[in-house]
Amino acid sequence: MEREKMTELAKALMELNEQKVYQLVGEKLNNGVSPLDILAECNEGMAGVGDLFSQGQYFLSQMLFAAEIFKNVMKQLEAVLPQAQESTGKNKVVIGTVKGDIHDIGKNIVVSLLRGSGFEVIDLGVDVPAEKFVAALQESGAKVLGLSALLNFTYPEMKNVVQAVTDAGLRDQVTIIIGGAPCNEQVRQFAGADYYAEDAVTGVNICKKVYA
Amino acid sequence: MQAVGNEKHKRFVKTKPYEEGNLMAREGKSEQMFQTWLTGNGVKFVDQEAEKAYRERVTRIIDAIRLEKVPDRVPVCPVTGLFAAYYSGITVQDLMYDYDKAAAAFKKYVFDFAPDAYVGMFLDPPGRFFEILDYRLYQWPGHGVPANFSYQCLEDEYMKADEYDALIQDPTDFWLRVYLPRVFGTLKPLEKLAPLTDVMEIVMTCGSFIPFGLPDVQAAFKAILEAGSEAVRWAGVAVAVDQEIQGKGFPAFFGGASKAPFDILGDTLRGTHGIMLDMYRQPEKLLRAMEVLTPLAIRMGASQAKAAGNPLVFMPLHKGADGFLSDQQFKTFYWPTLQKVILGLIEEGLVPFLFAEGGYNTRLEIIRDLPRGKTVWLFDHTDMARAKEILGDIACIAGNVPISLLTLGTAQEVKDYCRQLINTAGKGGGFILCNGAVIDDVPPENLHALIDSAREFGIYA
Repeated sequence: MEREKMTELAKALMELNEQKVYQLVGEKLNNGVSPLDILAECNEGMAGVGDLFSQGQYFLSQMLFAAEIFKNVMKQLEAVLPQAQESTGKNKVVIGTVKGDIHDIGKNIVVSLLRGSGFEVIDLGVDVPAEKFVAALQESGAKVLGLSALLNFTYPEMKNVVQAVTDAGLRDQVTIIIGGAPCNEQVRQFAGADYYAEDAVTGVNICKKVYA
Repeated sequence: MQAVGNEKHKRFVKTKPYEEGNLMAREGKSEQMFQTWLTGNGVKFVDQEAEKAYRERVTRIIDAIRLEKVPDRVPVCPVTGLFAAYYSGITVQDLMYDYDKAAAAFKKYVFDFAPDAYVGMFLDPPGRFFEILDYRLYQWPGHGVPANFSYQCLEDEYMKADEYDALIQDPTDFWLRVYLPRVFGTLKPLEKLAPLTDVMEIVMTCGSFIPFGLPDVQAAFKAILEAGSEAVRWAGVAVAVDQEIQGKGFPAFFGGASKAPFDILGDTLRGTHGIMLDMYRQPEKLLRAMEVLTPLAIRMGASQAKAAGNPLVFMPLHKGADGFLSDQQFKTFYWPTLQKVILGLIEEGLVPFLFAEGGYNTRLEIIRDLPRGKTVWLFDHTDMARAKEILGDIACIAGNVPISLLTLGTAQEVKDYCRQLINTAGKGGGFILCNGAVIDDVPPENLHALIDSAREFGIYA
């Protein structure tokens, strides 16, 4: 999205102009703008943040700050968002940090970006056992599974999750992406995953491709 | 007129901080620290051969650091964490709880692998000590993670966003009455203590001691005494292990540890999330707090390294890596106080060992701004050819053998990687062969391959 074509709110979010974002959201709500339309503008802003990250202009600090602003906007909107707009027809992604690892900063950024891109994210949190991933895939019918890890201890566990998905008969229907500091192509091969995402935006783009 | 013009111009040439001050004093301290390390600082060597081997190893490392002459060969010093446990077939839980088993495991690792320097038990802290204090900052085997897994930090805002003023005003008081009560469940009652700086004259003293009389505060102090005894017990074993290993000719890699002020705040006080937001919401306070922490970080590294008689100060770097901060943020928030800590340690005759986790590709030009031959930079994902090119005339570089390769690759693949690495980064000295991220559970043959590579490919003709 070109900057000139962005709405004022989307641009303010993309440029991390925190107070302006809250102010604009407040004004729009007062003026009776539909919360879903406001959300759409914010999603556009978050997509802009992702683009700047891809271009090497934004880094973890900007991603975390953008996610923080977005979270606060969601709080502003939640009170007025129509209920049950969830779930129906949204593209789903199951994600979590594998068993034995309790780190989640990277995973949370991916979750924010995915939600900002309109995905429904089933975030299982940290230290997630294989069977929980499988159950979430079965329940949701998600076509993408994201496995996050910070510790190299987790290589066998990532492999274990892939195996559990295979054993459950879901492997053909699910694209498995691994990500996190110790991951690379060698680890992807070892684990038997489909993709290794070098960063959050790459991961989101893979999800988009799967659902394209 | 010309001369005057030149003089005028000169006044505006920025003198680098390390070019000022007492250069001679610094060099003298540095020489003295290296000599202390070289002679073993009271180590009882088992025989002359062990003493000779010890000196050869230390000399090899010092030569690599100083950039004045090429060592006899590339030093190889794996940075191991919990490897000793896996290698000895004991659990990480054993390593943290059974000190005798831990001691045997560490000795076995060093004697079987014969590295040029070893990392001792300080990366293997005592579990019982943390149990006594009900440590909340980490999970460890038996306390949230399985018996054979690493301890892991629980990120949180242990310091709140509105507490910068309290920290800046009196850091020790903040640690004692705010931070300790939050990270140690048993020490929560320390919140009730009075500031110790209130103690002055006869009429302004007694009141400050009232909290010490409260039953829950007294219970907290009993726990502190018990934890202290446990720490002494553990340290006794760790020191004995060091004595025995060094007595057989193997120097310890590090004498002390410290951190970058940004990481002190970002790792365990404000947390990653908190400090990233602080850069936007309260940059002035963040900068001020880091200035306040800077001399404390220097003191920490210097006191430990001097006591150990080993000049290397291990400094794990976290949040300044590629991808975490923009260039501008790195230059504004991360580097200035880190540079001050580095220079402060150098001033004390020490050698900061920067363990640059993640990638440092975009930082190389900035970190060049240091005196020559006074630091070691260990890189993980950084392009080592570029690191050598940009930093090679300033600092000894180290590291880079990927933990994924050491964990999943074959011994031959490890050797191939090391040979290539030595050829690029090891050219002309100034290089220590190390892993990129801490070694825990890797196949022993791969660690042998790493160490053998220095002997096979690293001899300088």
